[in-house]
Amino acid sequence: MAEIVIKGVAKQFGAFTALHSVDLTIHDQEFMVLLGASGCGKTTLLRIIAGLETPSQGEVWIGGRRVDHLPPRARGIAMVFQNYAVFPHLTVFENIAFGLRMAKLPQAEVTRRVTRTAELMHIEQLLKRYSGELSGGQRQRVAVARALAMEPDVILMDEPLSNLDALLRLEMRAELKGVLAASKTTTIYVTHDQVEAMSLADRISVMNGGFIVQADKPTQVYRNPAARFVGSFIGNPPMNFLPAKRGENGRWHVAGKDFDGPDVAAAEFAIRPEDMHPAKAGLEAEVRVVEPLGPHTLVTAQVAGQPFRAVLESDRAISPGEVITLAPIPDRIRWFDPETQEAIA
Amino acid sequence: MTAEASDVPVAATPQVAVNRAGRFLFWAGIGLLVLWVLVPIWFLFVNALSAPAEVTGFPKRFWPSFDLASVQFFWNFQGVTAALWNSVKVAVLTMILAIGMGAPAGYALSRFDFPGKEFFRVLVIMTRAFPLPLLALPLAVMFIRTGLDDTVLGLALVHAMLALPFAVLITFSLFSGIPVELEEAAWTLGCTRLQAFTKVVLPLALPGIMASAVFAFVISWNEVFAAAVLTIENRTLTAFLLQSLNVSPLPLKFAGGAALVLPALIFIFAVRKYLFAMWGIANR
Repeated sequence: MAEIVIKGVAKQFGAFTALHSVDLTIHDQEFMVLLGASGCGKTTLLRIIAGLETPSQGEVWIGGRRVDHLPPRARGIAMVFQNYAVFPHLTVFENIAFGLRMAKLPQAEVTRRVTRTAELMHIEQLLKRYSGELSGGQRQRVAVARALAMEPDVILMDEPLSNLDALLRLEMRAELKGVLAASKTTTIYVTHDQVEAMSLADRISVMNGGFIVQADKPTQVYRNPAARFVGSFIGNPPMNFLPAKRGENGRWHVAGKDFDGPDVAAAEFAIRPEDMHPAKAGLEAEVRVVEPLGPHTLVTAQVAGQPFRAVLESDRAISPGEVITLAPIPDRIRWFDPETQEAIA
Repeated sequence: MTAEASDVPVAATPQVAVNRAGRFLFWAGIGLLVLWVLVPIWFLFVNALSAPAEVTGFPKRFWPSFDLASVQFFWNFQGVTAALWNSVKVAVLTMILAIGMGAPAGYALSRFDFPGKEFFRVLVIMTRAFPLPLLALPLAVMFIRTGLDDTVLGLALVHAMLALPFAVLITFSLFSGIPVELEEAAWTLGCTRLQAFTKVVLPLALPGIMASAVFAFVISWNEVFAAAVLTIENRTLTAFLLQSLNVSPLPLKFAGGAALVLPALIFIFAVRKYLFAMWGIANR
């Protein structure tokens, strides 16, 4: 059992605040992804959990034990680094065996675990090589095998795929998901790649400016962003936002059209680009750029002077300069508070 | 020159001439530098390995006659072997002291942020800014008071101070070249800070540390001023040769010179790759 509880963890580097009082619970065997742009504090949070960084305030609990005063070796964790950190002076075998030898396991057990994890990561033919003789992808496999061989309660991964080329990343992503699910460890995975986050995570914690903005299931994060930032960060292309003006009996004026909206003083209208279809009545969009992508067409347009993007079926020909009317799917419309930037339920 | 646009060869010729002159200067410069270094060394070895009579002869032969009379004379000269042994003892002790203090300082500089770090780096270099003659007299007085005068340890301490800046800077650049993540990975895999250092950092840095140790050895081996001032009975080879310079015969000087230069040359050649590390040139 390795539930991770983070209570009010904050971190200052001099005058710069990297983390503002973060609270987060990661369940046993959960795959949690920390997602955010660079500088949002996601790596700092991971390093605090690993014990490579000390929090300025707050507590870290792993498996019911408070660990924030313990060194990394006493926390029952294993970590995979962005640049792999495979020891160059040791063979692949000795790299994977490194932690096991530190734990003083008997030789037979070391060999058994190294062989098993090497087979799992498909590197059994590389065991005698040195890291200088390996490709980036192979080094990545060694780094993951080294972490898995420890049979830790928690595996921490710091952008493990970001140094791989696109094709390899796709392959490793699927493989990692399978291997980690089978290993039944709790995983915390840091990335800035939203596709990676969506495809791997049980839950995603979206981070911005040292705060966790939303921690929820990938589809929830996508469909019901808790804040304007989440909508504008997740999704490619991201959510569209339009200013709205309150009208009569709960109706809102958006770009000359009326929509049913929440009963508040001020709100901003938001819709995902794929949640619209061309119709007789709807938002009038002046088309600027048309990008046919095969299954659908990406249209960049202007609505009421605001940039606006739509992903449409590719069966209809659209040309720049044309004015099309787009009808948003009513239950996909979201509203945000322009003051607090938070979602209005 | 000419208004005709088709007149390309005329325009190109001065360009070729400039290129050729440039290349000539380049190679002439290289030739000059090589001669600057190699001629004295050649001169030293030709004279050391020739018969005593040939030393004053002219013209010189390019290859020495490999007559070992000069070397033999030098070797049997009263006090030479003792001085040579002293040199080795001082140099080894210097090496141990300089690395023992310099490597931890280099590690601290590369891994930790502490107040006054930049100032400390400047200070390390500044130790070389004080002329040794200025320090020699007070040092000699102090050494006599503490009983360190005329001892191997006393001289090695002074030599270690001379070698320390290089030891600190070379090891600093060495440790900086080893990614911190390797150490962090070792910590997460069950190592204490010390274990991570001995199991991961040290094996990777060892060749470079050896190189900077050899460099400290050579600094001590070649140093003459402090050795001449601070020792009387226990002279090192450099001090011994300096003392007997005006009374010893020419073949002895050449043989002694060669005996001094040879180990230094071999050592520096062996570790040349790591000395570049001092200037931050990557060689991994």
